Amino acid sequence: MNQPASAYFMEERHDPSESHTLSVLVQNEPGVLARVIGLFSGRGYNIESLTVSETENQKHVSRITIVTTGTPMVIEQIKHQLDRMVPVYRVVDMTLTGRSIERELAMVKLRGTGEHRVEALRLAEAFRARVIDATTESFVFEITGNSAKINQFIDLMRPLGLVEVSRTGVAAIGRGAEGM
Amino acid sequence: MSDKSHDPNQMTGAAMIVRALIDHGVKHIFGYPGGAVLPIYDEIFQQSEVEHILVRHEQGAGHAAEGYARSTGKPGVVLVTSGPGATNMVTPLTDALMDSIPLVCITGQVPTHLIGNDAFQECDTVGITRPCTKHNWLVRDVKDLAKVLHEAFYVASTGRPGPVVVDVPKDVQFATGTYHPPRKSDVHVSYAPRVKGDATQIRKAVALLASAKRPVIYSGGGVINSGSEASKLLRELVEFTGFPITSTLMGLGAYPASGKNWLGMLGMHGTYEANMAMHDCDAMLCVGARFDDRITGRTDAFSPGSKKIHIDIDPSSINKNIRIDIPIIGDAANVLGDLLQVFKAEAKKPDIRTWWQEIAKWRARNSLSYKKNSDIILPQFAIQRLFEATRGRDVYITTEVGQHQMWAAQFFGFEEPHRWMTSGGLGTMGYGLPAALGVQVAHPDSLVIDIAGDASVQMTMQEMSTAVQYELPIKIFILNNQYMGMVRQWQQLLHGNRLSHSYSEALPDFVKLAEAFGCVGIQAIKPGDLDGAIKEMISVKRPVLFDCRVAALENCFPMIPSGKAHNEMLLPAEANDEATAAAFASGKALV
Ligand SMILES: Cc1ncc(C[n+]2csc(CCOP(=O)(O)OP(=O)(O)O)c2C)c(N)n1
Ligand SMILES: [Mg+2]
Repeated sequence: MNQPASAYFMEERHDPSESHTLSVLVQNEPGVLARVIGLFSGRGYNIESLTVSETENQKHVSRITIVTTGTPMVIEQIKHQLDRMVPVYRVVDMTLTGRSIERELAMVKLRGTGEHRVEALRLAEAFRARVIDATTESFVFEITGNSAKINQFIDLMRPLGLVEVSRTGVAAIGRGAEGM
Repeated sequence: MSDKSHDPNQMTGAAMIVRALIDHGVKHIFGYPGGAVLPIYDEIFQQSEVEHILVRHEQGAGHAAEGYARSTGKPGVVLVTSGPGATNMVTPLTDALMDSIPLVCITGQVPTHLIGNDAFQECDTVGITRPCTKHNWLVRDVKDLAKVLHEAFYVASTGRPGPVVVDVPKDVQFATGTYHPPRKSDVHVSYAPRVKGDATQIRKAVALLASAKRPVIYSGGGVINSGSEASKLLRELVEFTGFPITSTLMGLGAYPASGKNWLGMLGMHGTYEANMAMHDCDAMLCVGARFDDRITGRTDAFSPGSKKIHIDIDPSSINKNIRIDIPIIGDAANVLGDLLQVFKAEAKKPDIRTWWQEIAKWRARNSLSYKKNSDIILPQFAIQRLFEATRGRDVYITTEVGQHQMWAAQFFGFEEPHRWMTSGGLGTMGYGLPAALGVQVAHPDSLVIDIAGDASVQMTMQEMSTAVQYELPIKIFILNNQYMGMVRQWQQLLHGNRLSHSYSEALPDFVKLAEAFGCVGIQAIKPGDLDGAIKEMISVKRPVLFDCRVAALENCFPMIPSGKAHNEMLLPAEANDEATAAAFASGKALV
């Protein structure tokens, strides 16, 4: 039986943890992001990634994309807890729909000379990363893709003189004609 | 162009607040003044439709409003100032959130241009109260005020009820704007609680119940919150099916304690028969309860052989702690009504005579028994006498938190909903006295008794002064064991009887204290004095502090030790030192 961990830890439970991407449509009012983040920290849920921006400005609707991990029962709880918040319109589990596209943008700064520069440029091309800033001893690449692709790119850049990375976090949208 | 000066809806923010209260049918508010709410107090002064009850501490206002709300089903309203006024409300707001009590709390705030400046008596009220409210608002512009106020009442009292805060800066209270009465469009666009249960799920539930051999109904505070119709339907369902019923602490009174299918309360200090029935049942119908850890005990051993139906208006309550087979999201009254209708039309009630025979055996264990004593008053006996003396009267009971609270739940029989107010989820010592005050304001002619503990009652004792000022004849019935009894009990059972700071070395003389407040003090020391003293307490038409001296070291049983299953209950007759030590051996780290 798939019961949650007891309030009393009688035994360790090993329900498998899953990663889910949630899209949350909210009324864009002061404090709404604090509410969502407070829910996660207050109830001990994980946030792997969080992005937010207003998407329909006449209606003051914002879209929050959250990547979280937990057992299936915890994920279920998170969705219900989000859904019952007053300024939340809808919560969609993009992972469960199985038809979503996830993208992230990263800017990756590299310092180096000679062979390392050449190698970095070659890899960037293979990953379709663009050069958006360059000096004689540095590059800044812009790369878009799913998180795995970006992680892979960053790993490859590390030995080539990686200085720092700035990532937007994940944005997600469903495939096909329907909106959420 | 209309002449604005003659528009009756043109008014200051402060006037809008009072006007909104009137438009929402508010007759009483509980509050405490201060710099940031003076404009509102000025408006209150100049009208007579809303009566303001001046408490002695903002926490008292909050609990009084909770008592008012629970005993009437209407939202309780609180008005406090910024800074310390608002922070003093954190405990009652959290209490109301845990127990789903509708509260509308209006807080003053420093003027908008000072927000963020660490101004005098500034605090981030919406930040502080965000996790302890259902929703909250900071109103920065007077043109939003009317809408927010109406929305606040709506959010507090619909769906799963709860507390809300409206934070109003002082300049907004002074500013003039246009008021509008409540209208449909004032409702938050994204807020739409679901009331009606899914018909297919209800059919499935009926099929399960109709084929059950060992069914049990487990009801909770949600049935009370839904309104008296839900209790009526619950009774009808029990009557029709003949099923046994138990309830949580919060749900007492939804089904009458004198009803023949009543098993008593369940959970940590519930009856043996209720907990055993939960453990051994094959079909469980949970209505408006939330499988709290005080109820389930060890979750992996909770009712292992049953299929579970859960009716709740809050989807997040379902599948939180216990896996549910048939969830039904909706209002208790609405769903119970549909369920009953389907049951009557399409199914037959099962024959559960053998189940009742099993229950009878558990009942025969008499789990609430205690050893009688003719020299000292036992706390259980005191509650029983109080119950007998008030039977048939129009009585409301509040409690503090501790052993006395559990004994009250075990030994006081509740026949009707809305008659029992206790701090269940948060367990707030100091709740009962101000809550009694609020109940008495709402029901001036009723008998309102706070069953109190000697330690708890000192937390909000100052509100006796409020009771005297407003001639609210509340009765504070203190089971004085000179200990924080519940803490002492746990220390005895789990910490080698090292009674660390659970003894009150210097208790006040409650009788003299009563006199100092200008109310009546009564004391009972011997069992023989009890009935007479209780009679006196009831007949006095003034606030009373009743110092009932009870056995100091009595423990509250039966008890499911933390982390144990329902069928591992410790009964009073068996609670010798050895059995107790064994039962509690592994539970030290638990709450
Ligand atoms: C505000 C608050 N502080 C601490 C506690 C922890 N606590 C629970 S019961 C209890 C003792 C209550 O003593 P008393 O009011 O005398 O009741 P008794 O158990 O003796 O009946 C304490 C300290 C609490 N519930 N609430
Ligand atoms: Mg005590």
